[in-house]
Amino acid sequence: MGPLVPYIVSEEFGLVIALAIGVAFGFVLEQGGFSSTKKLVGLFYGYDFTVLRVFFTAGITAMAGVLLLGHYGILDTSVIYVNPAFIYAALIGGAIMGVGFIIGGFCPGTGVCAAAIGKIDAMAFVGGIFLGVFAFMEFFPGLEKMYTAHNLGQIRISEWLGMSDILFGILLSVVAVGAFIGTWMIENRVNKRKPELAPGMKNKYALAMAALFVVLGIVAFLPGKEDIIHMQIAKAKRQQTCVFKEIPADRLANDIVNNFYSLNLIDVRTPEEFEAWHLPMAINIPFDQMLERQNIPIFNQKLRTNIFYADGDTLVRMACLKAKYAGNSDNMILRESASEFKKLFFEAEPPAAGAAKAAINIWNFRTDAARKMQEMEAAMKSRSAPAKREVVTVRGGC
Amino acid sequence: MNPYLAGVLLGLVLLATIYITGRGLGSSGAFKNTIIATVEAVAPSHVDNTPFYRDFMEANPGGPWKNFLVFQVAGVIIGAFFSGVISRRAGLKLDKGPRVTNTVRIIAAIVGGALFGFGSQIARGCTSGAALSGMAVLSLGGILTMAAIFGAGYAVAWFFRKLWIN
Repeated sequence: MGPLVPYIVSEEFGLVIALAIGVAFGFVLEQGGFSSTKKLVGLFYGYDFTVLRVFFTAGITAMAGVLLLGHYGILDTSVIYVNPAFIYAALIGGAIMGVGFIIGGFCPGTGVCAAAIGKIDAMAFVGGIFLGVFAFMEFFPGLEKMYTAHNLGQIRISEWLGMSDILFGILLSVVAVGAFIGTWMIENRVNKRKPELAPGMKNKYALAMAALFVVLGIVAFLPGKEDIIHMQIAKAKRQQTCVFKEIPADRLANDIVNNFYSLNLIDVRTPEEFEAWHLPMAINIPFDQMLERQNIPIFNQKLRTNIFYADGDTLVRMACLKAKYAGNSDNMILRESASEFKKLFFEAEPPAAGAAKAAINIWNFRTDAARKMQEMEAAMKSRSAPAKREVVTVRGGC
Repeated sequence: MNPYLAGVLLGLVLLATIYITGRGLGSSGAFKNTIIATVEAVAPSHVDNTPFYRDFMEANPGGPWKNFLVFQVAGVIIGAFFSGVISRRAGLKLDKGPRVTNTVRIIAAIVGGALFGFGSQIARGCTSGAALSGMAVLSLGGILTMAAIFGAGYAVAWFFRKLWIN
């Protein structure tokens, strides 16, 4: 599951990849016409909208791709870098850049591109960028207040508007297509051209547009990876297979006392329920959070058996099946519920006088195990708190 | 190249970047790191005495060169040069509007670059890092920056029309 850096690919090798990405980026920018300052500025005077087309198409393509990959769980969109929204800084900085764009005729990426193919004005522009960046760093103390004011954090615009990502994606795509048609008409008028497309292009454009909306439609209407998993594990027939994976309470207690190193006892109830009472030595991974990145390694390790428990048969079976989707560890479920376990071991009534010897033996075993489990938990207080795995979100930006 | 085709290719490059690295494309950051490296080499005491540089050094123990964007912009130079050569666009040349002299164009380019550089640091990204990559991940900050760039561009375009058109 993406992103690959820093989880799968190291930061160092990431730099090599960065170089390769840069080559592709520079090549496409240059091919797209971004190395010509007249093309870039044409957008503002209405005679050439090439840059708007390339830019908007690129943004929409990448956005649709991110939504699609996220939908099928190929890309973990919860950790990718979302530029933080410092409202004043974004607007003021953007406005200054807009003026710089008109006066200088480039932006940093395109300026570098143009300078690379020998445009002298672009080299001057790149030199200017150095001056501007240096000025910012030297004047930073005076700018800091504005720079950090009114921070909304790493928020998505869809979140801010209170709509789903895919709805905003569709709206943005519609706006983009509208802009393509509108600017084409403006361009024709400014350059006094007849509004004609090259033969065959009409179909190609229609096909490309259809492809975009098919992708967006898939994300909007077809079930994603999580939905599919939930549908699968909700099937009663599938849940029946868990019966063979059950472990009775007495055996579990015995394993906790004697073989704790060979098992992970996982409480899949909510954190509140977990806080109220949980089995000794258990860790809490709420059912809804099982597929989160930081929890996956537990379902993917080969050293310990995962034993799930909850308060209901359905929930614990679904958890066991979900763990199977997440990894290939050995998974078991506790036959009894959490409250039944508590009753058996910690609130057991002593057997009546003259009870069968077997019943007395069981009572002895359970009180003994309960005492030992409590001792273990007390002894390992610091260890029984599950080591918090920090989710590393990607740092980025300029 | 057809602009829409170029756009799709650029979008795929951006998508691949996000998939591999978890962040989008960028370029202005490379300028920042280059300057920090230069200041460090030329005036190390200035680095030690200024909180901005000190904070940067603490946050980036690998030094300013060991940075994703620095490598990426180095790649951009290679890729653009290669593209310019195969499309026969490479060569020393000065692009300008029909009514300006070379000197005016160069001065305007430096001033524009300085403004862009300054603005990109305030907004934490430029057209690539904030606007384009921000759009791909639906970032509010990135999309606001994009709106501000193009809004301001259109707002002042009329005043600078003599730089570009008849």
